Amino acid sequence: MAKTIRVNETPLVLYTLRRADDALILGHRLSEWCGHAPMMEEDMALANMALDLIGQARSLYTYAGEAEGGGRTEDDFAYWRDERGYRNVLLVEQQNGDFARTILRQFLYAHFADLYWRAMMASKDATLAAIAAKSEKEMAYHVRHAGEWVIRLGDGTAESHARIAAALEDLWPYTGELFEMDASEKALVDAGIAVDLSALRERWRANVKAVLDEATLTTPADGWMQKGGRTGIHSEHLGHLLAELQHVQHTIPGAVW
Amino acid sequence: MSEGREERPMPASFPPAGNEPLLARARAVAATVCDPEIPVLSIEDLGVLRDVTCSADGSIEVVITPTYSGCPAMNMIALELEIALEKAGFDRVRVTTVLSPAWTTDWMSEEGRRKLKAYGIAPPSEKRAGRGALFGADEVTCPRCGSANTVRLAEFGSTSCKALWRCQDCREPFDYFKCH
Ligand SMILES: [Zn+2]
Repeated sequence: MAKTIRVNETPLVLYTLRRADDALILGHRLSEWCGHAPMMEEDMALANMALDLIGQARSLYTYAGEAEGGGRTEDDFAYWRDERGYRNVLLVEQQNGDFARTILRQFLYAHFADLYWRAMMASKDATLAAIAAKSEKEMAYHVRHAGEWVIRLGDGTAESHARIAAALEDLWPYTGELFEMDASEKALVDAGIAVDLSALRERWRANVKAVLDEATLTTPADGWMQKGGRTGIHSEHLGHLLAELQHVQHTIPGAVW
Repeated sequence: MSEGREERPMPASFPPAGNEPLLARARAVAATVCDPEIPVLSIEDLGVLRDVTCSADGSIEVVITPTYSGCPAMNMIALELEIALEKAGFDRVRVTTVLSPAWTTDWMSEEGRRKLKAYGIAPPSEKRAGRGALFGADEVTCPRCGSANTVRLAEFGSTSCKALWRCQDCREPFDYFKCH
C-alpha cells in the first residue's frame, strides 16, 4: 500500500505546489456542482471552469515533480499528501454553500489569478511563464463570467442581494491570504521567478470594487484576515474534500481509467 | 485590461524545411489526425501540431501543444498520433507536449476556419491586437445564414473551446469557437 509522501519543499517546489493546490482544490469544489447547478448552461460553465483549473494544476504538479527531481508525478502530489501537506489558500477550500457563495468565491479568486498569471508571464522561470501564458487567458473568461453573475445577483432581487452580500461578508476575511508572502517566496521574487504579490493588491481591490459597485454591494473594509493554508494549517473543510478526492486511490492504489 | 497581447507567429520550423522523404511522410501522416471533439478539423488546421522531427535512427518525434490547459482531447490526440504513425510503418514514435508559446486561435488555418463554418461552428473572430481580442465575440456571425444579428446564450459551451450562441434572424442556436 502506497503511503503519504514527504515532499522536499525547496523554495521553487513549495511555490509551485501552492499555486497547483489553489487550482486543484478550487477546481474540485466547482466540480461538486456537476449535475446540481441551477440550470444547464451554468452546470456546463462551472464544469468548464473546473476543467481549466484542474488542467492548470496538472501542469503545475508535473513541474513541481521535475523541480523536486525525485520522479514524482502529478498524481503523487494530488493523491498522496494529507491535509497538512496541502498548501492552498483557505479561500478555495471553503464550502460551495449556495450558488451565490460559489460564484462570489470564484469572482474573488479569478480576479486575483487573472492579475497574478498576467504578471507571471514575465517570470524568469520558463515553465512557470509558459503555464502563466495559458492560465491568464483562461482566467480572463472566469473573471467575466463570475462578474456577470455577481452583478445579476447583487442588483437582482432582495433575496439574491441578501445571499451574495452575506457571502461577501463571510469570504472577505479569506482574501488577505492571497497576497501573503513568506521569506522563501520573497527570495524567489528577488530572483525574478515569483511575482511580488503586494504589488497586485491595490489593483485587485480596484477591479473587484468596480464590479461590486455595479452590483450595488459594499466592498468590505480589510479587517482581521484568516490565514494558515500556505503552511498546511487548514479549515475543517479540506479534510472532507480530500477524503473524496483521494478515496479511489487510497482504496485501490495505482488504479487507472 | 489594457496590456497588449504579443503576436505569436508559428515557429520557424513549420512548415517542413528540406525534402527528407521519411520526415515528409511522417509529417503528412501526423497532419491527418483530427480533433476528436471537432472531427472536421485536423490538428494541423487547429495549430495544435507544432513540429515533427526524425532522428538518424528513424524514430519520429511529434510535438503538440494543448488548446486549453484542461483540454481532455490531448490524451486522445497523442494516442491517435501514435496509432496513425504505427499504421504507416513508423514503429518508434514519441509524442511530446509543449506549453510555450501558448496556443492561440490566431494559428487556426484559413482552411480550418472554412471547415468549421461549413460544419456549423462559427470560427473565432479575426485577429485583433490586445487583450480585447479574447472577447472579440461581439462580432460573431451565424454559420447558417451569415447574419451578424446574434446573441450569446452561454459563455461556456459543450467543450472548453466553445460558447453557445443564437442567431436572431434564423433563430438557430450554434456553437462559437471562442477566441483564445
Ligand atoms: Zn442565422
